[in-house]
Amino acid sequence: MTGAATGDRLYQLAVTGFALVIPGLLALIAIAIGVAAWPAFSTAGLSFITSSEWNVQAGKFGAAPAIYGTLVSSFIALALATPLAVGVAIFLSEIAPKWLRQPVAFLVDLLAAIPSVVYGLWGIFFLVPMLRDHVVPFLRDTLHLGGTPLFSGPAYGPSMLAAGVILAIMALPYISAVTREVLLAVPRSQRDAALALGATKWEMIRDAVVPYARSGIIGGVILGLGRALGETMAVTMVIGNRPEISASLLAPGYTMASLIANEFTEATSDLHLSALMAVGAVLFVVTLIVNGIARWLVWRVASGPRA
Amino acid sequence: MTGSAVAARDFSFWYGKNQALHGVNITVPPRSIMALIGPSGCGKSTFLRSINRMNDTIPGARHEGSVLLGGKDVYAPGMDVVRLRHRVGMVFQRWNPFPKSIYDNVAYGPRINLRLRGRELDDVVERSLRRAALWDEVKDRLSETALGLSGGQQQRLCIARALANQPDVLLLDEPASALDPGATQKIEQLLFELKSELAIVIVTHNLQQAGRVSDYTAFFYLGHLVECDATGTLFTNPREARTEAYITGRFG
Repeated sequence: MTGAATGDRLYQLAVTGFALVIPGLLALIAIAIGVAAWPAFSTAGLSFITSSEWNVQAGKFGAAPAIYGTLVSSFIALALATPLAVGVAIFLSEIAPKWLRQPVAFLVDLLAAIPSVVYGLWGIFFLVPMLRDHVVPFLRDTLHLGGTPLFSGPAYGPSMLAAGVILAIMALPYISAVTREVLLAVPRSQRDAALALGATKWEMIRDAVVPYARSGIIGGVILGLGRALGETMAVTMVIGNRPEISASLLAPGYTMASLIANEFTEATSDLHLSALMAVGAVLFVVTLIVNGIARWLVWRVASGPRA
Repeated sequence: MTGSAVAARDFSFWYGKNQALHGVNITVPPRSIMALIGPSGCGKSTFLRSINRMNDTIPGARHEGSVLLGGKDVYAPGMDVVRLRHRVGMVFQRWNPFPKSIYDNVAYGPRINLRLRGRELDDVVERSLRRAALWDEVKDRLSETALGLSGGQQQRLCIARALANQPDVLLLDEPASALDPGATQKIEQLLFELKSELAIVIVTHNLQQAGRVSDYTAFFYLGHLVECDATGTLFTNPREARTEAYITGRFG
């Protein structure tokens, strides 16, 4: 074997090794969490995800409010962020003049670079008071939504709604960036087809560009969802951290991530620690599934027309 | 209508600093097929895309002179480009159906331009598919995705989609260059039948095809219209030496 060939083989082995480290690490994390979470799962059984009673002294661990809070706050985030992010992406990829695209895209991307603790601070000192003093009165008095369960009850400040709004701002740059990419990847021929049939620019975007990119946009939304599901710091600072399920979005809530962050320093009993690990395992599985779906959807668009 | 379906008068076109067309004068009579031939980059596609102003979307594009559609300058101020494209159908080299159902593809133009719905729309879709000789092949699966059709069928679907707007003129940019001989023959036969109803301008690299389908042929070279004549005359007795060199295969 020549020296060059040996070098090739060594290089190949080295990079293969590097590449295998990542899935290996993933498996190790999954196993470690699974093993640590097992006592809690086997003690609580199915009630771990169905019960609302989280009582450390009594050894009762029902994580339903945290699971509920994670899903609801993330859902609010997507409901608010998706139209905005898709609108921004359409503006940037289709409508904005060339000189404006880069600066605005840069600023939107910058939203992703702000540390989440800074979002949290902004949430406590600006967003929460603003929601309480302006948005909630508007929803109740002007739109007369106070009678609906979603906006009933007292509004002290920290709430599921505040968490959802903060998560929306944090998820927006992810959704917008992916959407921009898939819109730009829509082939010229699809745009030409619509224009040549007498479509206006708006009709072309609505009928040819967005539908063609649809599954990629959904992928971006799910990527944003993945971001929202796991976000800890900012949510913990504004959601109120109360382990109760309430229909009202103005009531405080809890999420899986904030539950772990709040309790792991004081988790002294083995079962308590194991219960937190179990919450982590549920969160891990949920985000893994969500990200898998997102990648698959984006890949479907990126791999071209399904001819 | 007598005279011309499409005509160009001293028409020049630029992409930025690059002049793609030099003072083209040409007349396409109604109910006839005009073939545009010439080597790659000769300006024939640019001219085709000037007729329905599809070049407008390219930054830095500008023109001089005029292109007349039914006697009216398509570049005149106040010309509604959307209505222009509604009246001029276009079929591209690479078939480009929308990832929608067969029905929705054909219905697209009438829906956005005429706001047609229901029974009326059904009729237009059926008539257009019949005119594109595709009806019998797809009538039982109108709601299936257009992307499940063969390449030749997809291209005829694109023709049907253009015909659904009931255009006065149909523009085709090498519509059969990516198709097998059988599918190509179907398209050529279709064009021959369609010319009793509208004017057709077709860009083609395939000289035999130009000879088979067209009534008139225009030879473009380096952005100039070198020669335009009845197809039989141009192929058997060209006036210009460059035309003869091209059609006998000495360059291009």
